[in-house]
Amino acid sequence: MKDLLLIFISTLLINNLVLSYFLGICPFLGVSGKIESAFGMGMAVTFVMTLATSIGWLIYNLILLKFGLFYLEYVVFILVIASLVQIVEMFIRRYSSSLYQSLGIYLPLITTNCAILGSALFMVTRNYRFLEAVVFGFSGGLGFSLVILIMAGIREEVQYVNIPRIFRGAALTLITAGLLALIFMGFAGLIAS
Amino acid sequence: MKDFIKGLWKDHPVFRQLLGMCPALAVTTSAINGISMGLAVIFVLFFSSLVVSSIKKIVPHQVRIAVYTVIIATFVTIVDLFLKAQFPEISRALGPYVPLIIVNCIILGRCEAFASKSSITSSLRDALGMGIGFTWGLLILGSIREIFGAGTILGVKIMPANYNPLVVMILPAGAFLVLGLLVALMNKIEE
Repeated sequence: MKDLLLIFISTLLINNLVLSYFLGICPFLGVSGKIESAFGMGMAVTFVMTLATSIGWLIYNLILLKFGLFYLEYVVFILVIASLVQIVEMFIRRYSSSLYQSLGIYLPLITTNCAILGSALFMVTRNYRFLEAVVFGFSGGLGFSLVILIMAGIREEVQYVNIPRIFRGAALTLITAGLLALIFMGFAGLIAS
Repeated sequence: MKDFIKGLWKDHPVFRQLLGMCPALAVTTSAINGISMGLAVIFVLFFSSLVVSSIKKIVPHQVRIAVYTVIIATFVTIVDLFLKAQFPEISRALGPYVPLIIVNCIILGRCEAFASKSSITSSLRDALGMGIGFTWGLLILGSIREIFGAGTILGVKIMPANYNPLVVMILPAGAFLVLGLLVALMNKIEE
């Protein structure tokens, strides 16, 4: 139990996928203009990431390792993610139109979100057990949501400020992300290594 | 020629289109890592564009993204196994960011936006231009971070002996700050 809690805290705050591994930077820069869309993207990523690490773990450990096919790891993971996104999209469209309204447009973008593939690869290199992989995927997604929401909140305020023209848009967003990364370094003290 | 030149400056993948951010920020703690990642991307981009533009007529429209992704994943696996066997220390330094080339939006973006609609030769020119543009972007970013963060360039010491390295430059926060300032600089030059 303590292991799982450690993975949760460390993935959520200390080793945040966005701010310390640069995973999911594209949606982090692209979809963080409004709090509402940032929330939708965050939830969609959390959902798919939890499923992708769980199913990826099962396929890697029960099929690929057993038959010595580890060199197919990347091809299999990317196929799992792409088909998972497709299935989740069809499922949501069929059973919950309100959820589809809010998450629908973000789902296709997730196939090429490197945070999802990244979390599946980290789960393999860190030799997580099944439950650890599930917690890792879930907290990775929550960490992404947390950071993209903070960024959207800042950007909604920044648009009322008169900033130099050359810094408008991506440049300022990147510098803000740098300051956020500095702030998140403060969380490193939460767990004594 | 136009297909080749545009990736070098006007449509620069990192500074203009903001594509491929994840490897651009993650591996540029030193100049040599930046170059290695750039070369890996050139290889994958070149051969994926070649294959995608050769089979563009026989791939059904609905499944094209999945097909492109599998093609890219295959070439990335080749690069990854090659680096592991021939250059183990570079492979260790780049770590998970080699397999993450699969979801690098530059490669899928060029396959979808250009190679799937153009002839083989112009796709290859486009791929080389984008790849070289990406590599010099990473080289600049890596050099700045290495000079200020470690006082060296390509491992050779260039800062005076009493220089106190700015460790933040090789930490994640430094990557964001330097890239943000470089994008602003590019905007300034463009004005």
